[in-house]
Amino acid sequence: MVWGMINYIIRRLLMIIPTLIAITMVSFFILQVVPGDPARAMAGIEANEKDVQAIRKQLGLDKPIYLQYGIFLKHIVQGDFGQSIRSRDDVIKQIWPRFLNTLRLAVASISLSIVIGIIAGVIAATRKNSGIDYLTMGLVLVGISAPTFWMGLLLILVFSVFAGWFPAGGTGGFLSLVLPAITLAAPSAAVTARMTRSSMLEVLQMDYIKTARAKGQKEMKVVFKHALKNALMPTITIVGMQFGYLMGGAVLVETVFTWPGVGWVLVDAIFAKDYPVVQAGVIFIAASFVFVNLAVDILYSYVNPRITYD
Amino acid sequence: MWLRLSRNRMAIVGLVIIALFICTALLAPYLAPYNPLKQNLLLISGGPSAKHWLGCDQVGRDIFSRIIYGTAVTFKIALTSVLMGLFLGTAIGALGGYYGGKVDAGVVFLADILLAFPGLLLAIAIVAAVGTGLGAVIIATGFSTIPQFIRVTRSVVMGEKEHNYVLAAQAIGENHRSIIVRYILPNCIAPIVVLLTLRVAAIILIASGLSFLGLGVQPPTPEWGAMLAEGRGYLQKAPHIAMFPGLAIMIVVLAFNLLGDGLRDALDPRMKI
Repeated sequence: MVWGMINYIIRRLLMIIPTLIAITMVSFFILQVVPGDPARAMAGIEANEKDVQAIRKQLGLDKPIYLQYGIFLKHIVQGDFGQSIRSRDDVIKQIWPRFLNTLRLAVASISLSIVIGIIAGVIAATRKNSGIDYLTMGLVLVGISAPTFWMGLLLILVFSVFAGWFPAGGTGGFLSLVLPAITLAAPSAAVTARMTRSSMLEVLQMDYIKTARAKGQKEMKVVFKHALKNALMPTITIVGMQFGYLMGGAVLVETVFTWPGVGWVLVDAIFAKDYPVVQAGVIFIAASFVFVNLAVDILYSYVNPRITYD
Repeated sequence: MWLRLSRNRMAIVGLVIIALFICTALLAPYLAPYNPLKQNLLLISGGPSAKHWLGCDQVGRDIFSRIIYGTAVTFKIALTSVLMGLFLGTAIGALGGYYGGKVDAGVVFLADILLAFPGLLLAIAIVAAVGTGLGAVIIATGFSTIPQFIRVTRSVVMGEKEHNYVLAAQAIGENHRSIIVRYILPNCIAPIVVLLTLRVAAIILIASGLSFLGLGVQPPTPEWGAMLAEGRGYLQKAPHIAMFPGLAIMIVVLAFNLLGDGLRDALDPRMKI
């Protein structure tokens, strides 16, 4: 079984290579489609033609497009994302610490969404068609439908402006993480609650649950020991997918709370037409989305004994 | 399916809300009490009142009128984008599902590439390349919708092509295009309609998100996400500037989600969540 699992992991890793290459292609072609001359943009408006040509040659922009892409890919693999047009600094030095900030926010959000989502789903399922069930599902619908940036502003208004409990932005310690994490977690918690409720309802109908109740086991034990364990399988998949979406959706939350993550850097770079930073931002976020989905697939195959590794 | 849908009260509520917003969008010039672009410096950040039901924004424009006109902008984006995703995604997915083999492998690879990007990120990347504005938002949100249509159509067509009516059509000499368009796709409508409804909700969120970031529809065009962005700087003194456009987005998206859920439950009660 161990060899089967290792084999499966290696195969899945090989399968994501074409997707990662496609991500770099999309990122590369952003610069090709943008109007204007990237070499001129890097040299500056007042640079003479000789300097622009020198930069063009230095960046390989005078070569055929397929060679340019090859050079781009080679540099990416070596961790070289080029230099920022604005700061002239290595892009990786700008992006990496911001990426870690986004990761911190995403991990905090997914942890919150798992706890809130699963508890809400279990409560709704065990009190089906009651007032609590309708209230929970109503909140779920609001969580899925409300725009995250609006929810963030609402939380700032209530908890920062009126109550003064939390800062409205920045990264000044744990308190600064609370509101952005809640904002980012809300839609994910809603989806998790929905899925947990649905799978709990299915599992609670099973014969072995009836047997456990007939044997006189306490309801808490029936729900948490017998039912929840089996109901969590589909929830794991959903949670994993949500983590990937959190990395992408963090752009909006980072903008609302001026959280210095990779999403905020990406949007800022678009306005500044700092395309090497834009390319790096797109690659980082998309690649982390792919790797998280891969990790979820592997985790799911590990916890679900019915999956074989053929 | 439609009978089951009619019994779902929440889905009907969603449908009524959507119908109301569509009417608002179509009749905006007649319903809006004020010109959405007209500034009144005497009413800067004014709160709700009898004359201005939802108050005025940071340059004295009537928020209620701007929300009404914003409905037209939002539905224009949503309808055009979802139709773009529908036609392109359904066509590509149908080809993959019907022909199989290398064609299908190519279709799956294309869908996987597009799905490798979270929806908002793909839209941001496209806007970074083509620029901002209404057209760019439509292209960006349309592209982000294509892979879902590819996936669903491909899956349904793969199931349908094994049925006897397809074999019979092939036996009487119908060409492949005719078989896909006249025989198979009409039997795939139900799941595609469900997806279409749910994707409209997602498109509205992405489009308003892009405008909030300043990458979408540009001021002074009344667009809900852009209005929210403008209201952000006035949260303490005039929270209504940001709150009402956000509420509008939430109500419309909720309505589409209710309708989409109802359609999905009516299509297959076993899929009920």
